[in-house]
Amino acid sequence: MTALSVRDLSLAALAVRDLSLAIGRTNIVDAISFDVAPGEVLALVGESGCGKSVTAQAIMRLLPAAIRQTGGEITLGATSLSNLSARAMRDLRGRQIAMIFQEPQSALDPLATVGNQIAEALRQPLARVRAEVRQMLVEVGISDPDRRIDQHPFELSGGMCQRVMIAIALIARPAVLIADEPTTALDVTIQAQILALLRRLAAERQTAVVLITHDMGVVADIADRVAVMYAGRVAETGPTAAVFATPAHPYTALLLASIPRLSDVPKSALAVIDGQVPQPADYGTGCRFAGRCPRGDRRCVAETPALGPVADGRLVACFHPVGG
Amino acid sequence: MPELKSRLLQALIAIFGVLTIVFFIMRLSGDPTLLLVPDGATAEQIAALRHALGFDRPLLVQYGAYLLDLARLDLGESLVQHAPVAGIVAERIPYTMALAGGALLVALGVGLPAGLAMAVWRGTWLERALAGFVLAGQSLPTFWSGLLMILFFGVYLGWLPTSGSDDLASLVMPSVALGAITMSSFARMTRIAVLDELSRDYVAAGRARGLSYGAVILRHVLRNAAIPVVTIAALEVGNLLAGAVIVETVFAWPGIGQLAIQSIASRDFLVVQTIVLFVSMVYISMNLLADLAYGVIDPRIRRDR
Amino acid sequence: MRRISWGTALIFAGLLAFMVAAVGADVFASNDPLRQSLLLRLRPPGTATATAYFPLGTDDLGRDLLARILYGARASLMVAALSVSVSLLVGVTLGLMAGWFGGWVSIIAMRAVDTMLSIPAILLAVLTVAVLGPGFFNLVLVLGLTRWPRYTRVAYAQTLQVAALPYVRAAEMAGCGPGRILLRHVLPNIAGPLMVVATSEFGLMILFEASLSFLGLGIQPPYPSWGSIMSVGRQYVVRAWWLTAFPGACLFGVVLCVNLFGDWLRDRVDPRSQGR
Repeated sequence: MTALSVRDLSLAALAVRDLSLAIGRTNIVDAISFDVAPGEVLALVGESGCGKSVTAQAIMRLLPAAIRQTGGEITLGATSLSNLSARAMRDLRGRQIAMIFQEPQSALDPLATVGNQIAEALRQPLARVRAEVRQMLVEVGISDPDRRIDQHPFELSGGMCQRVMIAIALIARPAVLIADEPTTALDVTIQAQILALLRRLAAERQTAVVLITHDMGVVADIADRVAVMYAGRVAETGPTAAVFATPAHPYTALLLASIPRLSDVPKSALAVIDGQVPQPADYGTGCRFAGRCPRGDRRCVAETPALGPVADGRLVACFHPVGG
Repeated sequence: MPELKSRLLQALIAIFGVLTIVFFIMRLSGDPTLLLVPDGATAEQIAALRHALGFDRPLLVQYGAYLLDLARLDLGESLVQHAPVAGIVAERIPYTMALAGGALLVALGVGLPAGLAMAVWRGTWLERALAGFVLAGQSLPTFWSGLLMILFFGVYLGWLPTSGSDDLASLVMPSVALGAITMSSFARMTRIAVLDELSRDYVAAGRARGLSYGAVILRHVLRNAAIPVVTIAALEVGNLLAGAVIVETVFAWPGIGQLAIQSIASRDFLVVQTIVLFVSMVYISMNLLADLAYGVIDPRIRRDR
Repeated sequence: MRRISWGTALIFAGLLAFMVAAVGADVFASNDPLRQSLLLRLRPPGTATATAYFPLGTDDLGRDLLARILYGARASLMVAALSVSVSLLVGVTLGLMAGWFGGWVSIIAMRAVDTMLSIPAILLAVLTVAVLGPGFFNLVLVLGLTRWPRYTRVAYAQTLQVAALPYVRAAEMAGCGPGRILLRHVLPNIAGPLMVVATSEFGLMILFEASLSFLGLGIQPPYPSWGSIMSVGRQYVVRAWWLTAFPGACLFGVVLCVNLFGDWLRDRVDPRSQGR
């Protein structure tokens, strides 16, 4: 085990250790590790292309055919997913580990009723579990559930569809929920409602949530802990409040500085990170942020910094952490 | 139901358009009387017939009379067979329907599974093999494949009757010959529709809630993919009826296709006209039927109506 | 420069062979396709006499099958090329006008398209040829004047798209008349999709010519066409398989190559359709 865990592993509902993914010979995700405890929300945050969505697909074992897992281990409670048969993995999906998607309206079959799609997660015909499905619709805050249960997705708003997706994901009481950009496609006002709903249900049901997002605002709203990803690696991880207050990785610091704040705008222009994220084919031997980093030096280009502890419960992969 | 109304109106316009086109084609030769007289008629006989049929009246009057007759379902009388055209054609329709039905069965039975398999096993040797098969079916001239089948199964192996309409066995080869092209378009269309659906998020979402890939296809993908396929299924029925002209000639199958060719040879043009009108009407009705079928499959349209 | 695969090369070779056979029929054929010899009726492939050699055998009137197939390729190519040109001209003109002027022009044009497409093409051709009488000229006219609707549909849809582009609007502002804009600015931009339709129609026209000739409504005897050779072959299918097999194989091969070429062209014109 190369990456250190700051916490007791037996507490984790989901643990990812040294996960590596590749397209052909090109690594797109490089030995990343994180874990989530029951009832906890972990945000996996990063720019598009940093590998956060494929990580989610890898956890579900639903990777596109072109992408392979080249290393690492994923454990769900006491079960290692990597060695599970396809059949056993299928039995876990929906029951032990569930997922919600970025665009709720396209993640629902347009021709099947809401109730039927929720009942599928219980592997029962709707007629037999109707009361349970109805109750779940109430829990995710859908009014008039008796009518909605027999409606089709096109009769529901985007926010309502995402509530239905949450109902599908949580009705079988899974231990882990993966939420891949669950609010990106929604109106701003609806976003806050959906995040609050996720937060409440995770706490009530003690579900471990992995929230994948590119939006630091969403992270601040809902996540207990955060793992910042950059170019296929974890740059920094720790409790949200601590990371936001004193970011240790220069990338995290710049990312936080680029969030517009009402008080900042009149005074100074927004901080912008110069340069571009490297493409997976151009990942060199050193720190992948070195080319854009204000603190980068020769060592950063030559060597890869390992993820190591900086403070209580915090890890960072940097030779020259901010404030260190 | 504004959508349905406009569909009906479109169908009516198409029917009217077909009637008009056929009317003017029949007059392309200048004097339609010449198309209708039996061989060896004298000039007086022709003139008398021209007057009797009203072909000496102005074109517009003739056109009005033609539409009126058709509105009363009066298709005229064959001057060759001295019998109502409607009866002559109606007698042959069941044979063509049986042939088209057999061909549709072949086309659906082979085309849909082939298209589905090509989409699901995309990029494998199975897809390439099926793609070759589909392409061959699409490029085969029906009269050639028909003759080759007669040669092989009829003459060489002696398994199937080479022509005629005596029993079900004699329907096999004509159905395969006629169904081949339609099979190819079903397979192509099904493949595209299924590929389209497989790329959608609800497939990943279905698997994420624990459905197997096969279950997602059976429960969700097939129904969504059916929508575009239903349209061409309806249109293909019209193409099958038209293709029957050739297949019936090859296999001496006594349907309306064979009748059309025989009637051209015997210069019985009212019969040919009636067959063209009949097939076009079937085509337009099938189109309308496909639109109605959408509503049954797709709840989004059901609500709009 | 993209590498051309073996499969693609084979398609081009097939099409080239068809064209060369059609154009150079008189060079390649060692016998006159019309000369009859009642003593040499229905001879099998490989028959040789003191004066002539018949590599593919002879037909019911003792004519050289190879020569007839070569001249049949010429008929096939000419009918297909001419009728596609006629329908392309009619269809594109109508489609451009409908797309540019809109309003009543487009309503009437598109209704006419729907109507034409409601009559199965082969039946429409059969009826029209029957009325006008068979023959080469009528065949081209009928196929050309019944097969324009698909071009109109594509040209109409594409013109609507292109006409909304800023540079077309700019040309209009600059005072270009509709004729000039349509020919100079719109047409070059919609040529790709039109070529794809034209290729698939070309294959269909070859099939239609053969079908109509098979029914006795196309190329008239004694002139050869693949369809009419097979129609004779049908009568002698038991005694003379070569009369059916060879022209049919040529027809199948050419149509297959044209269809494959059409797929290849579509992938190049519209990369989104790759592999569909």
